[in-house]
Amino acid sequence: MNGAASGALLSVRDLAVTFDTYGRTAQVLDGVSLDVPARRHVALVGESGCGKSVTMRAIMGLLREPPARVTAGEIIFEGHDLLRLKPRARMGLCGTAMSMVFQDPMTSLNPVFTIGDQMRAILAHADRRLGRRRSRAERHARIIAVLGQVRMPDPERIARAWPIMLSGGMRQRVLIAMALLNEPRLLIADEPGTALDVTTQAQILRLLRELVQARGLALLMITHNLGVVREAADYVHVMYAGAVVEAAPAAALFAAPRHPYTRALLDCVPMLSGGGRFRGIDGAPPDYTSPPPGCRFAPRCAAAMPRCRTAPPAFPVGPDHRAACWLVEAA
Amino acid sequence: MSDSPLLELDAVSKRFAIRGGIAGSVRGHVNAVRQVNLTVQRGEVFGLAGESGSGKSTIARMIVGLLPPDGGTLRFAGRPVVQSRAIQMVFQNPGASLNPRRSIGQSLSVALAAAGVARAARRHRIADLLGLVQLPADTALRYPHELSGGQKQRVAIARAIAVAPRLLVLDEPTSALDVSVQAKIMELLVELGRSLGLTYIFISHDLSLMRNFADRVGVLYLGEVVEIGTTEALFGRPAHPYTRTLLASIPVVSAAEARLRPDIPLIEGEVPNAADLPSGCVFHPRCPYAFAPCTDQHPAFTRAEAGQTARCHLLAGDAASVHDMTTREQPA
Repeated sequence: MNGAASGALLSVRDLAVTFDTYGRTAQVLDGVSLDVPARRHVALVGESGCGKSVTMRAIMGLLREPPARVTAGEIIFEGHDLLRLKPRARMGLCGTAMSMVFQDPMTSLNPVFTIGDQMRAILAHADRRLGRRRSRAERHARIIAVLGQVRMPDPERIARAWPIMLSGGMRQRVLIAMALLNEPRLLIADEPGTALDVTTQAQILRLLRELVQARGLALLMITHNLGVVREAADYVHVMYAGAVVEAAPAAALFAAPRHPYTRALLDCVPMLSGGGRFRGIDGAPPDYTSPPPGCRFAPRCAAAMPRCRTAPPAFPVGPDHRAACWLVEAA
Repeated sequence: MSDSPLLELDAVSKRFAIRGGIAGSVRGHVNAVRQVNLTVQRGEVFGLAGESGSGKSTIARMIVGLLPPDGGTLRFAGRPVVQSRAIQMVFQNPGASLNPRRSIGQSLSVALAAAGVARAARRHRIADLLGLVQLPADTALRYPHELSGGQKQRVAIARAIAVAPRLLVLDEPTSALDVSVQAKIMELLVELGRSLGLTYIFISHDLSLMRNFADRVGVLYLGEVVEIGTTEALFGRPAHPYTRTLLASIPVVSAAEARLRPDIPLIEGEVPNAADLPSGCVFHPRCPYAFAPCTDQHPAFTRAEAGQTARCHLLAGDAASVHDMTTREQPA
């Protein structure tokens, strides 16, 4: 199944990535598959070390190789397999057709240039690469328009400001504006709003939702916060130890999680009602250099059966709500 | 005597100088904490909630005696607060609060020595402490880099309880950890609190976590307490518009939880600069219910319910209570 057939803007298929460390090889991604349809907000959620950032970097072509190595899989974007494109063609897509919003609004901006200067540099670079001709005034108009799209008050003043003059929430908006400059079809956001206060985070999530709905963007959001996923995303992929273990529409996932890891993770979230289970997960994620032969969650899973320790469950293809678990297969 | 509070803060204030220029001359002041009154009872878990710049960490540092207040008094068991073994702190980032060149055993040994435990007895005590925080005894031989974030935080807790404190200040103890680890650490803290008879001051920006751990909660905004109440009252019927805004902003994981959030129009904008405080009520520029007195009169504390007070003009006099405001016209 390729991207065109599944109707997705971005399709990642069975992506495997290894990292070479001290003579050993860590199997960090072990067959990751996910789809981001056009005009949808898709979340990739998991705890630290689960491979969500590596997946994102592989999609954007930001993996350092070596030590990283893509050993299998496809990343299909608008019908092209990014892994088989010439480096020049691939870089031509990044920052234009697909662009990224980085995590930390405090350190992702250059402190010695104004916001306008930094945005102009991005535009000029893309214009050169795409052979577009644009006057200085046209570029400026585009910058002001984009700052307006991210609901920035007084865009002219913001364009003249240095990063230090802006609050965390404003900087996060600037980063989103930068990613929007070249009218991408796909936006990848790494932990949007996580570094901000909760009232500011709520504003950023509302903005992202608006961009997806009003501007027809597809958004892939990487996060560890299940609450953020439920508030913002249409569709969710849950990752554990280098693989997607469950994928479902957000409403279905939160109403009836199927994979034991997803259930255990939801039980860890403290409830506003003060009720719920609020308990952790025993044990730790596996060592990626020698992962268990069966399901990677089996050693921590309360429902593990003998079969789980010997054979990894396949990730089913097709239905909207899928879980890679022998229990679900049996049902 | 046993009925008197363990910790009392009476009109505590702290300001910091803003320095600039080559000579470092004082350019102004930030009133980081203003007129804070709190009492913490023995055995209680008292939560301090607030966003960045609210003054919660400054208050924590004054409670453990790391910073002197500029105004008001802090009293612990009836005496002025000084740095002492009786009050200990667990910091936010366990990776940065443990010495990387000391084994865990050595780190704990330093704390035990400070508590006057004889050298011969320390080894035994270290094993006990590691047992209390549910780490294997051989953790003593390991170094911080060999441990996970959750294990390091357990060590930090063991170190804090090594000197037999009565009050533990927990400054965002789980914010650097994954949720699956966070739940385990909170479980441990609850258990230790019960078995060792500890009193906790729990500082967090995570209100859902606060709901599950604290007995009473104080909400801070721009250096002052705007609402204080039992956890039940404050989460069930938040009285201050800021508390309501905070609760309404929390991302939650179920529809049932979403219905628990107060109904309040979410406003744009961020916390103002603490060096340039708004007049009147400090929250008025962001408050959807602000009316005439809010811009120039600083509100006093008004009782909202039993065991719950808030600094808000809506609660005083004839003004409609904030609970009735949700049905009134809401700004678009």
